[in-house]
Amino acid sequence: MATPENKLAFDGGWEYDPAPESTDHVSLKKRYGLFIGGEFTAPQSGRYFDTINPATEEALARVADAGEADVDRAVRAARKAYSERWSRMRPKERGKYIYRIARILQERAREFAAIESLDGGKPIRESRDVDIPLAAAHFFYYAGWADKLDYAFPGRRARPLGVAGQVIPWNFPLLMAAWKIAPALACGNTVVLKPAETTPLTALKLAEVIADADLPPGVVNIVTGAGKTGAAIVEHKGVNKIAFTGSTQVGRLIMRALAGTPKKYTLELGGKAANIIFADAAIDQAVEGIVNGIFFNQGHVCCAGSRLLVQESVADEVIEKLKDRMQTLIVGDPLDKNTDIGAINSRMQLDKIASYLKVGEQEGGAMFQTACRLPKKGYWCPPTIFTGVAQSNRVVQEEIFGPVLAIQTFRDFDEALAKANNTPYGLSGGVWTDKGAKIFRMTSGIRAGVIWANTFNKFDPTAPFGGYKESGVGREGGLHGLDAYVDLGAR
Amino acid sequence: MSLAVIDNPFTYPDLSRVPAVDEVGINERVARFQSRSIKTDSKMAALRLVLSMIDLTTLEGQDTPGKVRQLCQKAIHLHDAMPGLPHVAAVCVYPNMVAVAKEALAGHDINIASVATAFPSGMSSREIKLEDTRMAVAAGANEIDMVISRGAFLAGDYRYVFDEIVAVKDACGDAHLKVILETGELGTLDRVRRASVLAMHAGADFIKTSTGKIQPAATMQVTLVMLQAIRDYYRATGRMVGMKPAGGISTAKLAIHYLVMLRETLGNAWMTPEWFRFGASSLANDVLMQIMKQTTGRYQSADYFSKD
Repeated sequence: MATPENKLAFDGGWEYDPAPESTDHVSLKKRYGLFIGGEFTAPQSGRYFDTINPATEEALARVADAGEADVDRAVRAARKAYSERWSRMRPKERGKYIYRIARILQERAREFAAIESLDGGKPIRESRDVDIPLAAAHFFYYAGWADKLDYAFPGRRARPLGVAGQVIPWNFPLLMAAWKIAPALACGNTVVLKPAETTPLTALKLAEVIADADLPPGVVNIVTGAGKTGAAIVEHKGVNKIAFTGSTQVGRLIMRALAGTPKKYTLELGGKAANIIFADAAIDQAVEGIVNGIFFNQGHVCCAGSRLLVQESVADEVIEKLKDRMQTLIVGDPLDKNTDIGAINSRMQLDKIASYLKVGEQEGGAMFQTACRLPKKGYWCPPTIFTGVAQSNRVVQEEIFGPVLAIQTFRDFDEALAKANNTPYGLSGGVWTDKGAKIFRMTSGIRAGVIWANTFNKFDPTAPFGGYKESGVGREGGLHGLDAYVDLGAR
Repeated sequence: MSLAVIDNPFTYPDLSRVPAVDEVGINERVARFQSRSIKTDSKMAALRLVLSMIDLTTLEGQDTPGKVRQLCQKAIHLHDAMPGLPHVAAVCVYPNMVAVAKEALAGHDINIASVATAFPSGMSSREIKLEDTRMAVAAGANEIDMVISRGAFLAGDYRYVFDEIVAVKDACGDAHLKVILETGELGTLDRVRRASVLAMHAGADFIKTSTGKIQPAATMQVTLVMLQAIRDYYRATGRMVGMKPAGGISTAKLAIHYLVMLRETLGNAWMTPEWFRFGASSLANDVLMQIMKQTTGRYQSADYFSKD
């Protein structure tokens, strides 16, 4: 009869056989140069580095490591293309090129999805259903704005800024490239973009698409490398605008470097979002929202719902259900269509996550991980939750950027709001309740750029995205995203 | 329901504690189940499991003893060209056909299910419904598929619905009781959840989506809501309740999606015909066709599979 032992069993029994996505259609070169002035060229630095598959630790390709001279070459190519072709082109024509990029991306979606999973470790289900379609959608969306800027800024004259230097992270490699490149091009700017050193391949494949779309040489330049290459772009005098997505730590360095220069900038930085579950929420769907909030993309998401705040009267129920749900998450081969959680992006990130797991336990938190079988090679972290933690715990305060959730309870509305806002970050948040009034009260109280109600981690090119406080400066996406790439002059 | 432990699983439930259901979230979860890719051995195992979970059904005004005997023959001999196949879980007929089915299935381990309680509308007096039930049981049915009074339920008279199920359960004696919610007439997922809770507390051994006479019949969405209700009830009481989606599941692919949903919602213990059934008439042949395809590598003509 009734006992607390009424557990559900999810291990053993009928299991899913491997269903790996084929990689026959993927073509990767052994070595990639820098995409400057419309063609791949060898780096003057002479250096290359390996980009590896985090699920197997095997090298996928060698990629050029751009030095200062290479960055300078890229900026010059971008400047030339800006002055001679792109800024002079009729906006409608610019739009046609961007539409063309979008269409080619859609046509090659399967190949891009496979490469994204190979290089970054994310499950093919996500690269196939989220990353690649959304990247194409961003190009489609901003292509439409190219000849309608007068309507975006009525009564103002929107002029391009010049050369945009863009540095993007490893969590959504192609999608972040699209977020950055599409609005820049639509507004008439040219681009020097640096993908992250652990995930350069889809950006380099995008360079092939850009060449196939016949964009004028130099409109988009893609240089690969690590932090030094990024710094060279940020500090280059020929760059008019910097767009960066990455850690708050690097964001601070960039702000320091840009202080006193005329460069415009947008920064999209870290987060530690509160996902707030009220007792009157649709509990089963809220549990699903917790899973999507923290385990999507291995938790490598700046807007991840990494802090769960759950009302105390339903806390036990929510945590039990969450644990059940976690048992059904499949961790493993990113190319398997049934994989829910893929590989951690790099050894460095795995070490960082592992150090936080230790910290969490030392601080007295109760850690729960699912008993999943992890592959022998590669970088893996099972889905993890911490209960019994408080605002003063580091796992509650700091961005872990992994599949690790810190769970706290609250008694009433005000306590939830206070805890949600008690963080230096302000990128995103989530609210789960059946009451519309509570949604409005909470969403207007949380100091964060994006707040989801009864859902989480939903993205659309038409929606602006960006942070309050230490989560960033400026907005990307939607109409607001155009603002970052135009000079509206004096009024 | 909250996960608070309940000592007597057969009491009138506190409906204020039935959680809300968010339709958008349900749709998303269903889409996730449908994105599971089931291949090779796990597909074969699933197909065989589906066959064993089928309640082979004929519920037509034009049914005849001959038609029912054909159906029973099919239930025993699904596809003799392929030896070693499981047989279906049950044959499901109207009460006046139960005796025919009982005779036709004699000596076989196949259950006899009968609809009752003025199926499919339930528009009759309680006395008639109970008599209908007793008649089916007396004729040999060991499973009774009853319908709830949707009119009373929609009018908010939950107590009437609860009491009626209790009474029918009593009339069933040892026969298993499946309670049909007729989700196509309930309108919202919140009501589906509430009706599921009522039925389980009133003594349902199974809860079932549909009569098959109303569209939409079974959908993955309503089935998921019902599975979640079963899970919470089990958590609270320790009593397992079975699930039967019925109507509209005619392809092997869709049936496998249901199994994925079952596995990831209730776990392994429910993955047997004892706890999960498909109410279907044409599903079996599609599953058989897929089994032959998996075995031989080729699709065979539909004419190689008997239609009874």
